[in-house]
Amino acid sequence: MEELANLFHGFAVALQPYNIMLMIIGITLGVIIGVLPGLGGANGVAILLPLTFSMPPTSAIIMLSCIYWGALFGGAITSILFNIPGEPWSVATTFDGYPMAQQGRPGEALTAAFTSSFVGALFAVIMITLVAPLVAGFALRFGPAEKFAVYFLAFCSFVGLSKEPPFKTIAAMMMGFALAAVGLDSITGQLRLTFGVTELLNGFDFLIAVIGLFGIGEILLTMEEGLAFRGGNASINLRVVLQTWRELPAYWMTSLRSCLIGCWMGVTPAGATPASFMSYGIAKRLARRGNNFGKGEIEGVIAPETAAHAAGTSALLPMLSLGVPGSPTAAVLLGGLLIWGLQPGPMLFVEQKEFVWGLIASMYLGNLAGLIVVLTCVPIFAAILRVPFGIIAPLILVLCAIGAYSVHNSTFDVMLMLVFGVLGYLLKKCNYPLAPLVLAIVLGDKAEEAFRQSLLGSQGSLGVFFSNGLVSTIMALGLVALFWSAIQEGYSRLRMSMA
Amino acid sequence: MKPFVLNVALAAIAMSCANSTASRAAWEPVRPVEFIVPAGTGGGADQMARTIQGIVTKHNLMKQPLVVINKAGGAGGEGFLDVKTSSGNPHKIIITLSNLFTTPLATGIPFNWKDLTPVAMLALDEFVLWVNAEKPYNSVKDYVDAAKKAPSGSFKMGGTGSKQEDQIITVGIEKVIDAKFTYIPYKGGGEVAVQLVGNHVDSTVNNPIEAVAQWRGGKLRPLCVFDAQPMAYDEPIADGKAWKDIPTCKSQGLAMEYLMLRGIFMSPKATKDQIEYYVELFKKVRATPEWQEFMKNGAFNTTFLAGADYAKWIEAEEKRHEGLMKEAGFLASGN
Repeated sequence: MEELANLFHGFAVALQPYNIMLMIIGITLGVIIGVLPGLGGANGVAILLPLTFSMPPTSAIIMLSCIYWGALFGGAITSILFNIPGEPWSVATTFDGYPMAQQGRPGEALTAAFTSSFVGALFAVIMITLVAPLVAGFALRFGPAEKFAVYFLAFCSFVGLSKEPPFKTIAAMMMGFALAAVGLDSITGQLRLTFGVTELLNGFDFLIAVIGLFGIGEILLTMEEGLAFRGGNASINLRVVLQTWRELPAYWMTSLRSCLIGCWMGVTPAGATPASFMSYGIAKRLARRGNNFGKGEIEGVIAPETAAHAAGTSALLPMLSLGVPGSPTAAVLLGGLLIWGLQPGPMLFVEQKEFVWGLIASMYLGNLAGLIVVLTCVPIFAAILRVPFGIIAPLILVLCAIGAYSVHNSTFDVMLMLVFGVLGYLLKKCNYPLAPLVLAIVLGDKAEEAFRQSLLGSQGSLGVFFSNGLVSTIMALGLVALFWSAIQEGYSRLRMSMA
Repeated sequence: MKPFVLNVALAAIAMSCANSTASRAAWEPVRPVEFIVPAGTGGGADQMARTIQGIVTKHNLMKQPLVVINKAGGAGGEGFLDVKTSSGNPHKIIITLSNLFTTPLATGIPFNWKDLTPVAMLALDEFVLWVNAEKPYNSVKDYVDAAKKAPSGSFKMGGTGSKQEDQIITVGIEKVIDAKFTYIPYKGGGEVAVQLVGNHVDSTVNNPIEAVAQWRGGKLRPLCVFDAQPMAYDEPIADGKAWKDIPTCKSQGLAMEYLMLRGIFMSPKATKDQIEYYVELFKKVRATPEWQEFMKNGAFNTTFLAGADYAKWIEAEEKRHEGLMKEAGFLASGN
């Protein structure tokens, strides 16, 4: 009951006119940041952090977290309209969102994406409100072995549940692992595969790879197909929002499952990106129309978006209660907290009640404000697709180049983006799936790091991955996911022989 | 927002008047100044750089904006090489940590601090030996006894990065107490502290700011500080204990000292006027209450050096790192 009283006090803080104004400014800035590929939530928050130093800490964190929500919403827009994910966690949204836009249903896809984002975030905030202390402790049980198990599960669910030929999936994934290995090896502190080229010190940044593989690759494909830009007949009025809403309740099962996956991945803290991929992979296997995934299925938008937002929101919990950021953006927010003299950790919930509950209340209000802002803009976004390809393609190219440049302020990255563009085009022509490649670039080095940390700790014994109930369960789930097709086949054969 | 803008404008006018009368500043930035951070967002160097950026903006200490840019690739090598190749560009400064020495030594990238122009030392960061509060080690002696008794390599030390400051300290402790640890590198200091809370490692050498929250929450226990004298801050943090009450490791029989540089460098071939401008700027930053609050929160050692003293200090420190890393076998082949 005390929590509820605190929460209402928090609402009172968040609803002050000054804070509401900051909320709306934050959401708008966030959406813009999310739309620009490469700028990203983390960079956006970092750039705007100093602006907030003259504000009281509660107002400042409300504004910054609203930028964060805004970026989460905004990432979906370019994914759906142009097949360019603005943020890592919106990659999975492109799989079905972009085909939908091409079929002239961008409004529907955007509405589904925004609404699912809201549902995911709301679910996570309610969880934070009710069970924060319980869940916070859970993250402590995650050492390197447990973390590796989570990544393993994400990879396996992608290989095993994908409908592509498994060997092509694995080949693409291995290519991603090789790319992820370039740069500094964080375990030995030595450079790998850089061949003395100083530009490669950083390795291949995920965002540059994605902007090239998806954005540039897509433009090349469209050019080959005769400059046709399918999506021109997009309906542009607000009625599409209501129509889509009428459809959405039918997918409650997918939403609920995605919420749970998202919250779990956010708290553990593996983050929003694996959550969105895993949720998409599982939905693809379990949905009734799963065979249609990748061809513009609305469920294929709902699943990753819900999970990404549930994860993005619940990632703030380990940050506040333990001081471990669940995402790069959360890491920058964490830096902000320290600058305001707020020490994240077990005592924050006890000593800074007004701040914590003000923040939680702003999660409710910020997400609601965000939903309203982006939904009213759906027709405007959808109308972008009516612009002829000859005009929009150069604009997208410029946007991609700016995005790639702004990741590290380096022109080398712009070249790299073009190389990835050609690679993306070739892979698509040869029918290799791009998603596993991207997944491996994002999570490859993290998985490797966790794997080697575990083995250092266990002095080389692989038994560490089955050393306690938690890690064994996750590993076992991973193995089941990997061999899912084989298991299913075996089961049906068994039934046949019984009959 | 209006009154704030007005204040800033007024402050700007006041500041420019004060400047023009007090000192006939010979050089001033004419375009935005890039402030390079050779580490990722959210870490210690990044926090310090962004605090400075906030202070400069709030007190209007510069006429041109100060823009923080992270160049973390190759353990900071990316940032150092960027400044090294910007010879004669006075609009680029860099904040450094110990990776100024350790990164070129461990990776063999073509860089040495002499490639840059030293500006000033802002502070030194302390290192503290931490254990989980559930463990029965109440003193350095308990800890050393336990580490010696454990089978070789089964005692786990968590730290930030590989072949950097945390691992150098770990190797130093191993030498002093004649025991073998397994060092497990993580990406960031906050993560290291949480791994210790979760009992996934046995001890850490976190900076104060990285572990203070867990100390206050009763999850971690500080055993000693790797400095010549105890830290200066006497405000109680947990159980009535203050930073000042943590004994030095040396006094507890663990003779190892290590402090990490938080200093500023600029591009090669800077003129005297340009260096002077930045030294004065950082003196102003250090005088603000925000900076003092930041120093207190992180229990920093607030030594300030500039000019020849600073260069001499870096030279001595470089030799020391070379020695420590050679002993530990961390030098890249070819160095």
